[in-house]
Amino acid sequence: MTAVTIELNGVKITDDVEPRQSLADFLRDSCGLTATHLGCEHGACGACTVVLDGKATRSCLTLAVMCDGRSVQTLEGLRIDPVMEMLRRLFHENHALQCGFCTPGMLIMARDILRRHSRPDIATVQHELSGQICRCTGYANIVKAIVAAGHEIANVATSEE
Amino acid sequence: MKPAPFDYVRPKSVAEASVALGRRGASTAAIAGGQSLVPMLALRVALPEILVDISRLEDLKIVTRTPDSVWLGALTTHAAIEDGETPDVFNGLMRRVAGQISYRAVRNHGTIGGSVALADPAADWPACLLALGTSLRVVGRNGVRVQSIDDFLKGAYETTLITGDIIMGFDIPSPPRSFRWGFAKVARKSGAFAHSLAVAVAAAKDSSVRVVLGAAGARPRSLVATASQLEIPNSTEEQIRAAITADLNAYFTDLDDYQKRMHTANVLRAARNMRAQ
Repeated sequence: MTAVTIELNGVKITDDVEPRQSLADFLRDSCGLTATHLGCEHGACGACTVVLDGKATRSCLTLAVMCDGRSVQTLEGLRIDPVMEMLRRLFHENHALQCGFCTPGMLIMARDILRRHSRPDIATVQHELSGQICRCTGYANIVKAIVAAGHEIANVATSEE
Repeated sequence: MKPAPFDYVRPKSVAEASVALGRRGASTAAIAGGQSLVPMLALRVALPEILVDISRLEDLKIVTRTPDSVWLGALTTHAAIEDGETPDVFNGLMRRVAGQISYRAVRNHGTIGGSVALADPAADWPACLLALGTSLRVVGRNGVRVQSIDDFLKGAYETTLITGDIIMGFDIPSPPRSFRWGFAKVARKSGAFAHSLAVAVAAAKDSSVRVVLGAAGARPRSLVATASQLEIPNSTEEQIRAAITADLNAYFTDLDDYQKRMHTANVLRAARNMRAQ
């Protein structure tokens, strides 16, 4: 076992991990943070996407031991994030989820897309979302919700100027 | 937990890391971004007893530019190249290649050094760096060596790396401003490994052309006849097709008819893109 200190959703925690433990398993099994879902466990589906040092990250492709001294944000930690609040509302309004399994990864990735692109168009969102798999919705409504969020953020920014 | 148990060490310097990797009597593996190695550990395809974390070694993160070349440290991520955080003297070629590797969350951590060290036959960087005439610097037990990527790549997942070796980074010659390129990839899904990967570059219009084809054999190859044909101004598509066929027959022996057509179409697309620039 190796001791790691991680800033998890803004709180410093110290815990012992086995070097072979993935960040995803650490979050779910050791920390009880089960918003992070595990689908494929080899980087193809995107359900386990979290934020590591500000960057979208596959928690199934990351070893917990390598996160020592770093900061990790999961969906639980983004409850009062303004962009995430907007995304939750727009996912609801646009019917951007059905079973909900992929949704945590979708939301994390959507927020990441909106941080890197202002007012992304459909093609940009589709390309950026290609690493997230959804088996229910056919993606159209997820893309619609993210495009709508991009417009809303841009409009808020303009009205505040 | 899917991987078999292993010990974990995080050396403070490249020299320490090299010693840790070269420890006698133990199987070791270096981990940088881990975007290929972690799934390999989970599948138990890779079974190291000691995992050496090189992801924080500052000496492997250096990025510099001289009048003649760009140096990319081995830990440079695909995302950093995609976002233009590294010098883009290649008129957008490296940014374009980087932006099509896997998915953003993977590009945020996957490194150019890790990609080349793994030497997957369908990987993007080995083909692109070969087209750009790159050399790499490797540090190991016998000191430092500088090697062209052509000599470095030996086969599928096979390179000249030996136990204790660490790729420091890549020295990529800066092309002239007149540099042009074409890049074409056939993949069943965006972000998936390519079934065909073609990079065509020219120092200027119809001059010093290099064409590289990846995912067609054990390692990417430079298509010499195709490149010569593309140096002839206004050579016809028929002539270029014939040259591609000759190259495919010369460098790749196991291709079926479908694969030959797919690679021919893909190389042609890269060539056309390059000529259109």
